[in-house]
Amino acid sequence: MINNSSNLNPKLFDSDIEQVPTRTGFGEGLVLAAEENKQVVGLCADLTESTRMQDFAEKFPERFFEVGVAEQNMVTVAAGMALGGKIPFTASYATFSPGRNWEQIRTTICYNDVPVKIIGSHAGVSVGPDGATHQALEDIAMMRALPNMIVISPADSIEAKKATQAIARISTPCYMRLSREKSPVITTEQTPFEIGKAEVFNDPSTSSGQADATIIATGQMVHRALLSAKELEKKKISVRVINCHTIKPLDKDTILKAAQETGAIVTAEEHQITGGLGGAVSELVSQNFPVPIKIIGIEDRFGESGEPNELLKKFGLTVDNISKAVKQVLKMKRAKL
Amino acid sequence: MSATIHDIHQLEEKANLIRQDIIKMLVEAGSGHSAGPLGMADIFTALYFNILNHDPAKPDWSERDRLILSNGHICPVRYATMAHAGYLPISELKTLRKLGTRLQGHPHRTSLPGIETTSGPLGSGLSQAVGLALAGRIDNAKWRVICLMSDGEQDEGNTWEAAMLAGKLKINNLTALIDRNNIQIDGFTENIMPLENLKAKYEAFNWHVLEIDGHNFEEIISAFSEAKAIFEKPTVMIAHTIPGKGVSFMENRYEWHGSPPGLIQPEGAPPKEKQAEIALKELKQLQEKNKHD
Repeated sequence: MINNSSNLNPKLFDSDIEQVPTRTGFGEGLVLAAEENKQVVGLCADLTESTRMQDFAEKFPERFFEVGVAEQNMVTVAAGMALGGKIPFTASYATFSPGRNWEQIRTTICYNDVPVKIIGSHAGVSVGPDGATHQALEDIAMMRALPNMIVISPADSIEAKKATQAIARISTPCYMRLSREKSPVITTEQTPFEIGKAEVFNDPSTSSGQADATIIATGQMVHRALLSAKELEKKKISVRVINCHTIKPLDKDTILKAAQETGAIVTAEEHQITGGLGGAVSELVSQNFPVPIKIIGIEDRFGESGEPNELLKKFGLTVDNISKAVKQVLKMKRAKL
Repeated sequence: MSATIHDIHQLEEKANLIRQDIIKMLVEAGSGHSAGPLGMADIFTALYFNILNHDPAKPDWSERDRLILSNGHICPVRYATMAHAGYLPISELKTLRKLGTRLQGHPHRTSLPGIETTSGPLGSGLSQAVGLALAGRIDNAKWRVICLMSDGEQDEGNTWEAAMLAGKLKINNLTALIDRNNIQIDGFTENIMPLENLKAKYEAFNWHVLEIDGHNFEEIISAFSEAKAIFEKPTVMIAHTIPGKGVSFMENRYEWHGSPPGLIQPEGAPPKEKQAEIALKELKQLQEKNKHD
């Protein structure tokens, strides 16, 4: 069932599992990255506390730059600092950065090929009461389309911390999306994390033969995918669950192996269906080993105000919907045989 | 190190040769911008042959001054000046905008050593210059950052975001220069989007502002020297230039912003097939005149 080598939180399926926002993990990771490398600098656009850049700013005031509410300037100043040998992290809400400053990111960071790390917090409808203007649902699509860009969407706060340290160590442009709201801490310090390497968190094939289908999830949907797999197991449907924290570059080997071995895929993300994880998986699978795919995500609309869980339910990002999609792809798989 | 030229006549001679190469490379490319490159030839000559601390043999020398060209579309003048300074063979200028060239239509950092950053989309150069200057300041570096901008790109909000931050942080290792040639693609700047009072605007953003004649080498060199001595603020110079400078039918005509000789027929210009030949003839006449002055 749960892959032992993943070293997941033993309280994975408990109702009282610890809940921490991924932005908190980023804040911790940035301090660690800055201690490790003095070239790490931080820029923020008037959201220092909210993006959790606060601890870094207090600890390294000489390496922190408050640019005001000016996201276009923030990333282009960061590009200049990277040209001068620094490793800049920029933090804002994802709707503003990379939402408002896409061309600057494209030209001065990606085409220029400099190591700026764009941190976009408050991604997804789970932002809650602030409403659609502040709920980034298109950021993966925007960043994934850019050459040279690495795109990361951590599953929980511990993974966000590891990802922050990892992106500080590489010399390429990176985008990392974070959530405002608390979400279950499903991994532990011992859970492996490597950029570009998707982790198989749940794999029935190790105990009871090959899985019937695979769920590939990212962000806080990974926890829901695991819950879905647990529910389906009761109905004798075995499901492999992959944590796809790196959306670009996609882990081709792990995903194509899942397509070949299980023959049916469901993807799950808190992002528009257009251009997100589901799109990336479909592009890969359809061209190499076509199998039925269902994409759980936002269906071409904007979010709205509400409580995070109400919104996740309203927009269909539920355990039940993932399970339904698994049954649908299994039906498609059987019809194909 | 690059050879420094102190003699004004020699600088004028160099700028004239660079202008001739700009015409030749644009004709060869069949597309590209004429007015801005010709107008900025004196400033580029002053920078590469007098002002900048640089070494064409070592484009990535860590102590070099960093020249950011924000309005990337005038790159023919940068390429031509760099060729004359020894960064690339002059013969390579004819590859401008062609498949496989290091001389991309808009300059690209990783294509040609000596190009500090990729540019073209307007309004993002000053921010990058601010970032680069900040990086230098953190490291107590001696090198300076120079950022060249167009007047048209003062329309961009990003430019003013950068100006505000530079003023806040008193970035004194940065010198900016605005090519005030009064034209942009669609017409005269004051008709498209009035910029005046540009000096007062930058002063309000806490900059030290100088106004210079962008074709007067003594003024250009002395302004950069003054900028180095201003400690409390970043310095911007508003350099008044004549777009198309040196070619009579191009001077002050916005139609030549984005066209090479031979492609368009504005009122009063020679027939298309004669434009390049006449432009080069006029520049050679100026060269002869300069010799006898």
